[in-house]
Amino acid sequence: MGKNDIHIVRTTTWSAGPGCHGGCGVLAHIKDGTLVKIEGDPEHPWNQGRLCARALAMTQYVENPKRLRHPLKRSGERGEDRWEEISWDEAFDLIEKTMKKIREDFGPESVIFSMGTGRDIGPWICMLAYAFGSPNVMFALSGNACYSPRIAALDTVQGDYCVFDAGQWSPDRYNDPTFKVPECMIVWGYNIPATCPDNLFGHWIVDLMKRGTKIIAIDPRLSWFASRARHWLQIRPGSDSALAMGFLKVIIDEALFDEGWVRTWTNASHLVRHDTGKLLRESDITAGGSPDNCVVWDQLAAGPAVWYSQSVGFKTPDVKPTLTGDFTVELADKSWVACRTAWDAFRSEVDNYPLDMVQEITGVPADEIAAAACFYGKSKPASIHWGVPIDMTPAITPLCQAIAILWAITGNLDIPGGNVFTRFAFDAVAYALPGAEGVIKLKSKELDKKRIGADRYGPFNKFIWRCQTDTALEQILTEKPYPIKALWVQACNLLGNIGLDPKRWREALKKIDFIVAVDLFHNATTQYADVVLPAATFLEKDGVRSWWVPLQSINKALIVDECRPDIEINFELARRFDPDFKWNTIYELYNDIIKPSGLTYEELQKQGWAYPPQGHPSRPYHRNEKGLLRGDKKPGFNTPTGLFELYSTLREGWGLNPLPHHEEPPFTPVSRPDLAAKYPLILSTGRRSPAYFHSEHRQIPWLRAIDPDPVVEIHPDTAAHYGIGNGEWVWVDNWLGRAQFKAKVTLVVPPWMVMATHAWWFPEKKGAEPELYGTWKYNINLLLPMGEQGEDGLGAPIKHSLCKIYKALDREVPYE
Amino acid sequence: MSKKPEYGLLIDYEYCTGCYTCQVACCQEYGWEAGMSGMQVMEIVQKLPKGKAYLNYLPFPTELCVLCAARTKKGLQPACVQHCMAGVIKWGRLTELAKELGRKPRMVLWSPR
Repeated sequence: MGKNDIHIVRTTTWSAGPGCHGGCGVLAHIKDGTLVKIEGDPEHPWNQGRLCARALAMTQYVENPKRLRHPLKRSGERGEDRWEEISWDEAFDLIEKTMKKIREDFGPESVIFSMGTGRDIGPWICMLAYAFGSPNVMFALSGNACYSPRIAALDTVQGDYCVFDAGQWSPDRYNDPTFKVPECMIVWGYNIPATCPDNLFGHWIVDLMKRGTKIIAIDPRLSWFASRARHWLQIRPGSDSALAMGFLKVIIDEALFDEGWVRTWTNASHLVRHDTGKLLRESDITAGGSPDNCVVWDQLAAGPAVWYSQSVGFKTPDVKPTLTGDFTVELADKSWVACRTAWDAFRSEVDNYPLDMVQEITGVPADEIAAAACFYGKSKPASIHWGVPIDMTPAITPLCQAIAILWAITGNLDIPGGNVFTRFAFDAVAYALPGAEGVIKLKSKELDKKRIGADRYGPFNKFIWRCQTDTALEQILTEKPYPIKALWVQACNLLGNIGLDPKRWREALKKIDFIVAVDLFHNATTQYADVVLPAATFLEKDGVRSWWVPLQSINKALIVDECRPDIEINFELARRFDPDFKWNTIYELYNDIIKPSGLTYEELQKQGWAYPPQGHPSRPYHRNEKGLLRGDKKPGFNTPTGLFELYSTLREGWGLNPLPHHEEPPFTPVSRPDLAAKYPLILSTGRRSPAYFHSEHRQIPWLRAIDPDPVVEIHPDTAAHYGIGNGEWVWVDNWLGRAQFKAKVTLVVPPWMVMATHAWWFPEKKGAEPELYGTWKYNINLLLPMGEQGEDGLGAPIKHSLCKIYKALDREVPYE
Repeated sequence: MSKKPEYGLLIDYEYCTGCYTCQVACCQEYGWEAGMSGMQVMEIVQKLPKGKAYLNYLPFPTELCVLCAARTKKGLQPACVQHCMAGVIKWGRLTELAKELGRKPRMVLWSPR
């Protein structure tokens, strides 16, 4: 009995299972082909033996009675929950035949391939779409407002993404002699220990705190970090950019920035024309000069000098650019133009944010802002880490730019314990995130021209290889400029989770002729599919993970019935769609992806994980100095000027404000006092639960016991005002719709805001319409709009809307 | 009368983030049905003067906790101790843990039934 029959498979979490962005090393105990236990791998540098509740509940997940186990074909009307089991061959044949016909009649772009938060599905859904010939891969959230906008914004101003340093680039972690513990860390809108988003292990921050890091928490809620922070700034949702500008004002006024760094590594000295407000270019001052090159005022020569963007330097090394001042420069046509430096333009923008005004906008007392900003500015090293609320506002890019300038000008970029550039380990790109290109590509640039939104939004032509989601929804409904005929939905619950204004998404689904859903469980969205394919958990697949570090393999531990890994489903269809498909097996593909590491997939599986060596571009530190960031190996950054851009040349080119600034979001008491009169509470959504990853895990008994009901957090004074008791059911209501929640009366929220949990549905309720697992009654997205994306197509007002609340006397009202 | 407890758990609740790992680790180890566990995480929101409040989580060992005797005999840590994401639970002899209790604020020492 027992032990001798159990074998242990060492593998890596990612995707279905814990649901998170993974990275934890686990030991799966397998007996007779079934999972009997899962434990954290004590030898794995990432989690060091620790493991979260969701991963520890895998035995209830893998063999869950509600799991999809066979391919299904719809036998009733959409939304009737009537299905017929079919074989994989039948399913593949049906999909191949139907989609090829659509491709023939309407072109490959008429099929959208939609994913949720993606995880290891990202590369494989791209592989399938591109093999089919469609550029339309969609991350289905309004404003693509999760992670991509932050990455794109940092690519815009500093050329590479960065994250806080917890020694994760070294297997020795905190003991690595090159690592330093940050003295201060700003945790900006982040309850990271709850779900480990963004490819980081949330409790690394707790590890750092135990080693001495002090926290500045920026959060409207009394989060765990807020309770333990040296400074807690209780911000009004949607005013983050004003706060960031206030921080910059303090840092500059108190001279807490590193002027040498600003002079050497930023475009602060580049001249900006007074007449156009745009950067002065070489082409302005010299006939035949390049529009890519900028101009500085050289102190030594007392005249203009050209900054050659391509060679990341001046023609001669003795140019001494002036950081501040007004200068008149002769143009090529012999006229004269008055200019100032980008630093002065930036400073004058920052001066628009005196702290009393920032207090007015954010609700945070000016003295607290000053104290926190000084503490950050004086701490060496210091880091900032931000959560998804940063993406969830329309003016996301100027906000990211402001925060990026904070870590840059305080000298905290790519230093030990600071904000450190992060790349795919060994530059092995599996996951086609913004800015990264891997082995999975569209066959031609020509095919990409039809990508939805790419003609309208700058970042979508530069970093983001997805549809702009709000534009895609419009296009499905209007069929303009071309109709969408089929939808491939993979691990993406459009109606019950990621789709805002889900009733409009339902209209959209009804318009589409053919829908295939790939998932592990039936949900609101699979009910609208014509074919449903059963996917696998991470324990049931071989895979590869390279964002960010280490490079890891996912190793198959078991098989469940007819369930198949996403990669294998997509691989089979990709081969059928594309006669020139490059790979014969998934292992050939994996070998191609990890080629830059020098390892074969077999070797990687054997060793489990691999860290890039010292000196590799995907390993810190000081890479801008060492010439490790740019393809041409020149010191500098991967931006159009080769510099950290305080003043964004890309934004200028896209016709957008090139400087950081605050824009009031569309539905706040400030921007819409008329709505606030009727809907007096700020509605925020999406606080994380450690038991769930978005809409997942509601059917896992151990996890459901932790967080059994959809709750809305209400401050005791507010609850008393509306006559609501703790545990009573209430409606949260606004001009778009209403949804029902159980009141959690708690001091963790301020009196002026309620926090409604997101992605609620009930797997135990009826799947057929009109109930649809409770989607139309408990989904907070019924109150959130589509079509309010930022002017660069990124960001959406998800964390800050308005609502009223009242007691639900009619808990069992018929479904609307 | 039962004999005096020899082993216990030292819980550094200052760093407990309320991740519920301990609770589910115990469920897995013993196959408890949902709602039962040797650990229950409690959320405590304490009102403070001047409109302030403090948020604590406390992993509380329940009637079902047997200190994973089968695991510790094999040289393993109890399931909750090994997996705790914040590393705040320590298993050991009560006499040793009692000494540690004085070294840092915001900790509790627990002995089993």
